[in-house]
Amino acid sequence: MSMFSIFNVSGSAISSQSQRLNVVASNLANVDAVAGPDGQGYKARQVVFETVPMGSEASSGVKVSKIMESDAPLKRVHNPMHPSADAEGYVTQSNVNPVEEMVNMISASRSYQNNVEVMNTAKTLLLKTLQMGQ
Amino acid sequence: MLANLTAAMDFQGKALVLRADRQRVIASNIANADTPGYAGRDINFKEAMHTALGTSSSLTLKPTPPSGVRSDSVSHRQHIPLQPTLGSLGGSGPALEYTTQSQPAMDANSVDLDRERANFVDNAVRYEATLRFINGSSRTILSAIQGQ
Repeated sequence: MSMFSIFNVSGSAISSQSQRLNVVASNLANVDAVAGPDGQGYKARQVVFETVPMGSEASSGVKVSKIMESDAPLKRVHNPMHPSADAEGYVTQSNVNPVEEMVNMISASRSYQNNVEVMNTAKTLLLKTLQMGQ
Repeated sequence: MLANLTAAMDFQGKALVLRADRQRVIASNIANADTPGYAGRDINFKEAMHTALGTSSSLTLKPTPPSGVRSDSVSHRQHIPLQPTLGSLGGSGPALEYTTQSQPAMDANSVDLDRERANFVDNAVRYEATLRFINGSSRTILSAIQGQ
């Protein structure tokens, strides 16, 4: 049955999008994280999607091929009172851009919803096919 | 005799298989809406239906097995070839084409999500319509058999 592979395809997309949502959540959680004693702050992470063939030419799923760290410079804030401030009074924070992350989150959740809807439609169609001739 | 009764159902059965295939292709497009470099695929239903029915509208070459070499369904040249069973179209399925980019994206992804969603719903409705046609003709045949 060819339609059953829709569940595999959309399932792979849902799993990838939820991984993207996970990465966004960890980025947002670390927006204000300050760098440790080694001066290495939290770097924003991004998932990279890749097409993965599923059985035939007609069905291709998606997977997260790798998770990349952003190369943007770490944020430096002047705050001499902070316990982690360096000799010049600067605190190094993560390079997460909250606005970008929020946009990423909305995009991920919309894609997730789309794929859930695709699965629901496929389920309805398969159930109606089961009732054929009755 | 029975073949005449079920001819209409054969046609709708092929249409149903093609609709299911197209549904799968569109689901792949929606799944890969965020994949960089992905090229959207689609099935030209009219062409695929012509191919499935053996009434090709465009000039396509049909591969004929050379003499001495037996084809898939016939073990002897004088045997009647096996009819492809319902539920499969024979061969490697319908030909897939690439969708055109409506709004080119930076990541070279050619999927237009709005269009794909519209196609998905459209295809689902047509799938259900085909199902109803099949149900209708099966009911007609059953009532003809029962004679009530």
